[in-house]
Amino acid sequence: MDFKRFLPWIILAVILIGGYSWASGIYNNAVTLEQNVKESWGNVNTAYQRRNDLIPNIVSTVKGYAEHEKSTLTAVIEARAKATAVTIDPTKVTPEQLAAFNSAQSGVSSSLSKLLVSVEQYPNLKADASFMKLQDELASTENQILTARTRFNEAVKPYNNNINTFPRNILAGMYGLKEKPYFEAVAGSDKAPEVKF
Amino acid sequence: MKIPTQKNSNSKGIFQFAFLLIVLFSSNCIFSQFTIPEKPSLQTSVYDYANLFSANEKTQLEEKLIHYADTTTTQIVVITIESLKGEDVSLLATKWGQTWGVGGTAKDDNGVIILVSKNDRKIAINPGYGLEDRLTAGIGGEIIRNIIIPEFKAGSYYNGINKGTDALFDVFKGKYKGTRKQSKQQQDFPVFPFIIIIVFILILVSRNKGGGGNSGNRGGGGPSLLDVIILSNLGRNSGGFGGGSFGGGSSGGGFGGGGFGGGFGGGGFSGGGSSGSW
Repeated sequence: MDFKRFLPWIILAVILIGGYSWASGIYNNAVTLEQNVKESWGNVNTAYQRRNDLIPNIVSTVKGYAEHEKSTLTAVIEARAKATAVTIDPTKVTPEQLAAFNSAQSGVSSSLSKLLVSVEQYPNLKADASFMKLQDELASTENQILTARTRFNEAVKPYNNNINTFPRNILAGMYGLKEKPYFEAVAGSDKAPEVKF
Repeated sequence: MKIPTQKNSNSKGIFQFAFLLIVLFSSNCIFSQFTIPEKPSLQTSVYDYANLFSANEKTQLEEKLIHYADTTTTQIVVITIESLKGEDVSLLATKWGQTWGVGGTAKDDNGVIILVSKNDRKIAINPGYGLEDRLTAGIGGEIIRNIIIPEFKAGSYYNGINKGTDALFDVFKGKYKGTRKQSKQQQDFPVFPFIIIIVFILILVSRNKGGGGNSGNRGGGGPSLLDVIILSNLGRNSGGFGGGSFGGGSSGGGFGGGGFGGGFGGGGFSGGGSSGSW
């Protein structure tokens, strides 16, 4: 019978085609998911960038009213400079890089919140319309940062799931796809800033 | 003797499992904060869950905002709730807008959420991505501080929101213009490609017939399948033109019910926005 002779070949072909489409599916899926991760990383970056752009305005406004807060102001400026120095490529981000980024940015957060606490002593500044606006912008930006970070984690999750479950992880290793780190809350970031008078 | 003990341990396992499930769910209940309602089937501009407006006020506000969405595609949605249940007002507004997809189109992302929490005495105005350049947090904050909250303090939620939305109209003036999407979009019949296909088939058939040889064979057996198909198509087609079935159609389909024209268009929210308390 001719059919019997071809049968193994047909089975082999089916297996090959099936295996190929399965393997390429994983890879293509990973590429799509990585695009999502990149996009959400872009949003994280934009939000932090926006905060960094706000800082000079805030600093100069506060300076006009509160000359005594020099040290607090310089702390903010230094933290900002540090944070802008840390940049990350989302395609090959390691947990250590993300942690460094995270701690640099949280340095800005804590110095800013210290500044806002010290501002409480200056009623004229607090009543200043442009300062109020800046505070609104800052609050809004902080929310954007939070949202962008949450969405980054949400985008990383399906990517990691795609390449981490067995037997996909074997293939992912061959493709050179690596797990991406999540944003984690920085130690101490949940603590309220110290108040010194 | 062995069987009962096994059964016993088995049922114990089930109890443990059930207990675990209960603990899991109840802890979920504790940690789950405000749950955003599902996207409603009738999408409109005012969701007064906390009953801050009288029926009359609600209708007026609703109609004003729907009319605004009709002319600009920008969807402003007012939501009032009893309590935030510990959530941040601005973040909840963001989540809400994102979940429901408030905004005229997914491309423009032109939606605004105004969230008022009665017990927390907090309000947030959060624009979608497409409106952030106009409604910056500073401007939104000024609208909240200078326009909305004084009215809230004076005792009228309606006046506050009404004047606040008017201020938003001014902010957005000229950014988006458009016509209302219809919720039941009439499927436009693709007349043109259809005609081309018919003409193409007709040409093919006439060439075949003229070609002698093959067509002679077919001619013996009555009309060929192809001929039948073409003839029936022709019949339908001419009938369609004659009867005017391509005309207007029911363009008023989605207007009833007072909802937004095309429903929420899938707008996105970045988390930016302004909030205030009174």
